[in-house]
Amino acid sequence: MAETPDALEAFRAKARTWIAEHFPPSLTGRAAAVMAGETLDAAETEALAWGRRLGEQGWATPTWPAEYGGGGLSQLEAQVLNQELDAAGAFNPLIRTTGMGITMVGPTILEYGTEAQKKRHIPRICRGEVFWSLGYSEPNAGSDLASLATRAEDAGDHWVVNGQKTWTSGADVSDWCGVLVRTDPDAPKRDGISFLMIDMDQPGIETRPIRLIGGASPFCETFFNDARAEKDEMLGELNAGWTVGKRLLQHERASQTGATSGMGGGPRRSLGEVAKRYVGTDDAGRLADADLRGRLADHLMEAKAHGLTLARIAAEARGNAKVSAAASILKNAASRVAQQRAELTLEIMGHQGLGWEGEGFEREELVAVRTWLSGKAMSIYGGSFEIQNNIIAKNILGLPENTQRG
Amino acid sequence: MAALTEEQALLQEQARAWARDEAPVARFREMRDSGNPLGFDKATWGSIAEMGWAGTMVPETFGGAEMGALTFGVLLEELGRQLTASPLLASGLVAASALELGGTDAQKEQWLPQIAEGAAIVTLAVDEGPRHAPTQLATRAEAKGSGFRITGDKSHVLEGMAADVFLVAAATDDGTGLFLVPADAPGLTRTRLATTDSRGYANIAFAGVEVAADAQLTGGPGADVLEATLDRARAGLAAEMLGTASQAFDMTLDYLKNRVQFGQVIGSFQALGHRAAALYTEMEMTRSCVEAALQAIDAGADDVPRLCSLAKAKAGDFLHHMSNELIQIHGGIGMTDEFDAGLYLKRARALEATFGNQAFHRDRYATLSGF
Repeated sequence: MAETPDALEAFRAKARTWIAEHFPPSLTGRAAAVMAGETLDAAETEALAWGRRLGEQGWATPTWPAEYGGGGLSQLEAQVLNQELDAAGAFNPLIRTTGMGITMVGPTILEYGTEAQKKRHIPRICRGEVFWSLGYSEPNAGSDLASLATRAEDAGDHWVVNGQKTWTSGADVSDWCGVLVRTDPDAPKRDGISFLMIDMDQPGIETRPIRLIGGASPFCETFFNDARAEKDEMLGELNAGWTVGKRLLQHERASQTGATSGMGGGPRRSLGEVAKRYVGTDDAGRLADADLRGRLADHLMEAKAHGLTLARIAAEARGNAKVSAAASILKNAASRVAQQRAELTLEIMGHQGLGWEGEGFEREELVAVRTWLSGKAMSIYGGSFEIQNNIIAKNILGLPENTQRG
Repeated sequence: MAALTEEQALLQEQARAWARDEAPVARFREMRDSGNPLGFDKATWGSIAEMGWAGTMVPETFGGAEMGALTFGVLLEELGRQLTASPLLASGLVAASALELGGTDAQKEQWLPQIAEGAAIVTLAVDEGPRHAPTQLATRAEAKGSGFRITGDKSHVLEGMAADVFLVAAATDDGTGLFLVPADAPGLTRTRLATTDSRGYANIAFAGVEVAADAQLTGGPGADVLEATLDRARAGLAAEMLGTASQAFDMTLDYLKNRVQFGQVIGSFQALGHRAAALYTEMEMTRSCVEAALQAIDAGADDVPRLCSLAKAKAGDFLHHMSNELIQIHGGIGMTDEFDAGLYLKRARALEATFGNQAFHRDRYATLSGF
C-alpha cells in the first residue's frame, strides 16, 4: 500500500491513466442523472458497462480486502482515487446498482461475517452483481425498531420466516435482503433479535411498492409467508442481531452525511443565480426580494458550514475512516441543508415551482418539485432527526438515557 | 481546535490552564465590581504581555512570534471561555494587523515592538454610530500644510480609555485613510462608556486634531488595509465568541447532568436533551467556520472576506442562541447576578455587535456571493 507522498503520487498517476482509458467521455456530466437512476437511454447501458469495469478492478469498493474482490487500497489511496474520479467527472455506479450492498451490508459482513459468508457475498458486491435491500422497519416498529415482530423459527436445517417489513428500499428489484427477525420472543426486546440474510428469489416473499408523495416508489412493503433462510446465512450470533443491525445503521448514517465523493456530487448551479433569474435585482445588483435574500444567504452559509465540518472531521480523522459519532450531527445538518435548499428553490420559482408534469414547466422546475417532496424522507430514514438527537444526547454528550430509548 | 500543530496544541493547553487558574471569570467580576474605568485588570494584561501573546501576529523582525492567525485564535478562544478582559484583541490582533498590512517601515519599527511587548496599546477607531458601517465615514482628514487635520466623532472604540494611540479611519480626498493619533493629541477628547459587558469602550471626539503626513498608514489610501484588518478582527472575535459560547455550553451540560427535579436529573428529559444536541451541532459547525477563516488568513487565500463574514455570523448566531439557553436552562439561578450566566449573556451581545453583527455579515456574504 502506498503511504509516502511519492508512492501516493505514483498511485494518482496510475488511477488517472486507468480512468482516462476506461471512463466513457459520453458519461461526463451525466453523473447526477445516472446516480438518481434517471437515465433510461444509451447512457444507462454505458454506465452499467463502466460500473462493471470499475468493479472488476476492485475500485468500486476500493478499501475492501483484495482477497474478496475489493481494491485493497489504503484510506489515503482511496481518497486519491475519489479525487481522480471527481476530477474526471466520473463516478461509481455500483453504489446505486448494489442497493445497500456497498454502503451498508458489505462493511457489516466484513466485520461480522464468517469466512464462508465473506467468500459467498463480498465478491459479488464488489463486482456489482447483486442488489441488496434491508428489512428493518415494520408497520409497528419505526423509530422504536427494537419492538419488531417478524419472527424466524428453527425448522431444523433452515429458518422459517413470517411477518411484514415496510420501507424496504428497492425490495422489488433486490436479490438479497438483510432482515432483522425475532428469534427469541421471551427475551427482553433487544436481546431476542437476529440478523438473517435472505435470498429474495423464492415464493414465500411478496413485495408491493409504496407510492410516495413525490410520485416515485423507491420503497416497498415486504411480506414473508413461510419464507426460507439458510442456517449458515445468519450474520453474527443467534440473538445478537441488535448489535449487528445497529452497527449497520452506523454505516448507513455515515453514508448520509452529505459527503459526495464517488456519488457524482460535483458543483451544482448557484442558487443565487437561479434566484436572480426568477426574482430580479435592484440597481445595486441585489436580489429584489430583500427578505428572500437574507434567508438565501443564511441557507448558503449553513450549507458552507456543513461542508467545512465534513472537511474538518475528515482532516481530524487523518485518513483513518472510522465510523464516527459525528455522523449523527452531520446527517442532521445534511438533511436540514438539503431540505432548506429544496424549499427555497420552490419559493424562488413561485408558481413555476408548483408543476407536476407536462407543458408550461421547464424540466428543472419539475425536478425541483420532485426533489422537494422526496427530500422530506431525508430526516426520517436512517434514524429520524429526533432519533439522531437522542444519539447525540446520549452517546456524545453523555446525558442519561430517557424513557424513550434511542 | 482541531488539526492543530503540536506547538499550537501545547499553547492551547497552556492558555486554558492559565485562564482557568489566573484569569478566571471571578477575576473579571472583581474588576467589574471595582468600577475599574479601563475595563480590564492591569496585572492580568501584564501577565498576558509577559507571555508574549500580544506579539503572536507580529513579525519576528519587530519582536513578535509571527505565529499566525490560527494560533491567535487558539488564545482568544481560551480567554473567551473565562471572559478574560484585556486589550489583546484590540491591540495585538487588530492594530498590529493594520500596521503589518499597511504601516510604513518607520511606523512598523516604532509601534510593532511596543505592541508585541504590551508597552503600548493601539486601537482602531472606525465606528461612528450605533451600527458598524466602515465604508460610510463622516470623520474627515483634510490636508493641512504637509499634514492632516482630523475632525469627527468615533464611537464604541474598543479599549478607548486605555489606548495610547488611536488608528483613526477617516475620509480623505483620496478615499478612506488610516491615521495614527496619540491619545494626548490636542483636540482629542475621550468619554468613557459604561456598557453592559463592563469593558473599556469610549467615544472619541476629534476637534481639528492635527497630525503630520507620516502619521498616515500606507502613505496614501487605506481602504483595502482597513477591510483586511477588519476581516482579521472579525475572525479573531469569532474565535473569542466560540470560546465564550463553548464555556456556556459546558456550564449548561454540567447543569443538565446534575440538577435533579421530579426525582431524576433534568438532562434525562428529551425536551432538554434535544436542545443540548441542537446546541452541540451548532457548536461543531461554528468551529469549522472559525477555523476555516483563520486558516484562510494564514494561507493568504482568495476567499478570506467571505469566510470571515461566515465565521462572524455563525459565531454570532451560536453565541446568541447559547447565551439565551444558558439562562433559560439554568432557570432562576441563571437570573441572579451572583451566578455567572448573566456575565456571559451581556458579553455575548457586545461581541455580536462588534465589527458587524449577524445581519451585517449575512448582507455582506450575499453581496460577495453576487446576489
